[in-house]
Amino acid sequence: MNLSVRSLATTLGGVIVGGVLLVAIFAPLLAPHDPYAQDLMRRLVPPEWMGGTPLNPLGTDQLGRDYLSRLLYGARISMLIGTMAVVTSGAIGITLGVLGGYFGGRVDDMVMFVITTRLSIPLILVALTVVALVGSSLTVVVLTLGLLLWDRFAVVARTTTMQVRNLDYIAAAQAAGASRVHILLREVLPNIVSHLVVVATLEMALAILLEAALSFLGLGVPPPLPSWGLMIAEGKDYMFFSPWVIMIPGITLFVLVLGINLLGDGLRDLLGAGRRV
Amino acid sequence: MLRFLLRRLALAILVCLTVLVVSFTLTRLSGDLAVAIAGPNATAEDVAIIRKNYGLDRPLTVQFVDWAVHAAEGDLGRSYQYRAPVADLIRDRLPVTLILGLTGLVIALLTAIPLGVLAATREGTLLDRGIMLVALLGQAMPSFWLGLVLIIWFGLKLQWLPISGVDTWQGYILPGIVLAFSAIPALMRLTRAGMVDALASDYIRTARAKGLSLASIVLKHALRNAAMPVVSIAAVQLGFMLGGSIVIETIFALHGIGYLAWESILKSDFPVVQSVVLLLALIYIALTLLADAMNAVLDPRLRAV
Repeated sequence: MNLSVRSLATTLGGVIVGGVLLVAIFAPLLAPHDPYAQDLMRRLVPPEWMGGTPLNPLGTDQLGRDYLSRLLYGARISMLIGTMAVVTSGAIGITLGVLGGYFGGRVDDMVMFVITTRLSIPLILVALTVVALVGSSLTVVVLTLGLLLWDRFAVVARTTTMQVRNLDYIAAAQAAGASRVHILLREVLPNIVSHLVVVATLEMALAILLEAALSFLGLGVPPPLPSWGLMIAEGKDYMFFSPWVIMIPGITLFVLVLGINLLGDGLRDLLGAGRRV
Repeated sequence: MLRFLLRRLALAILVCLTVLVVSFTLTRLSGDLAVAIAGPNATAEDVAIIRKNYGLDRPLTVQFVDWAVHAAEGDLGRSYQYRAPVADLIRDRLPVTLILGLTGLVIALLTAIPLGVLAATREGTLLDRGIMLVALLGQAMPSFWLGLVLIIWFGLKLQWLPISGVDTWQGYILPGIVLAFSAIPALMRLTRAGMVDALASDYIRTARAKGLSLASIVLKHALRNAAMPVVSIAAVQLGFMLGGSIVIETIFALHGIGYLAWESILKSDFPVVQSVVLLLALIYIALTLLADAMNAVLDPRLRAV
């Protein structure tokens, strides 16, 4: 693809992700109202441009809570889930993948077995069951997603480690008497990290979408937390008469995930991490 | 090839056994199932009766072996909520999910392959970029949200298609489209990448030199090679789609096994939940095995392994 179009897309992705991150951090300063404050006299007020008032620029929800404030606070949940799930799943997946790829043989058989088992387990169903049984909270959702989403990290870490394992600088480090831990952390990891960064963006996007889907099904982040998926679920009953209640959080979710994907594609080109398939 | 397939088969059997353990353990995460089944208003005696009646007072290993042996015989236990054998419930609901999954797969392939081919033959043009942009947008679309938007538009505003249930075959169209959406971007990128490689290869240059028409080159020579990874990924994608249909089934009120699982999770009907988890995992394992076998048959290079 054309270089200028590419860099434009990457910049756009960076601006979106950076913007949402800033919103998440400064939500208390930016939000015009308390996202939990109900006003039952002013329920389902439409957004300002659809005949609402400047008091609630994006209208209010079915409990009269300010939609803009909930949307801004919702950024915190999405970004928190996205980053924490990636950190957890990254730690698991990279460890497994690097060990399997570097040592090969029995260790690799074991790693492949764990990856295959994980892939065969239906993701959403298991996540829903875990949340239902353990109890829904932000921590449970983060941990559940983190413990389930490591497969792509493991696959990519394993393949890329196999590629660098036989290169000269690894042999040189071995000849110099470097310990295995040193080789894995100082020689292998830095040389595969660019591929892993790209995986991290994909997984972050997936974690954010999954949290929204779980919350939508009523087994994710518990109310009254302003998760975007939960906002869509709560608005579902009113969507025929007030479609904006599901359009606003849906579009926000869509734009954030698009931004993360654009950034990931840009990083892939920039870091030379190979073509996406 | 035989050695390769035998190794894969051994791995698959091992994974099946592990999944059996996982699906059983999963439902024991809450600690005391009897309390969960009894509900919030139960007395201590109620809980004790339930524990005894459902055999939950036995050691976990005994419960597991009991379940695993019966599951292997096709007896998946009884549903608490429906008071019927789980196997019967699943048999009734499975066709809906399978039809939905296959509808989604067909829609995905019919969209992804032509668009991918088109993008590859016009590589670098505005059309190519446009198609890849669509893939990017599709990837970012939350499927449950897309489902709701389609319900508002097609079902209510235009009134073209049914928006819930599958009393007629048209009921599968909207959910099928939503399900297909999640698979289209990956399949499209794969088709495009395969076609770009194929079009740059020597045998295509030969075909061009022979003066064959573009259509013949693309359809007869390049596509055959480019389609190979797409076909095997499609089998895997079908597995993911069946697992992901739980969200779509709840939105469109399709009474398939996804909907059944969701209901059962909410009502702590754990024999159903663990059976659906097991079934979906087994289907996925079978599909990946099929994909590997297809690859081995289609790609002579793999046969040597």
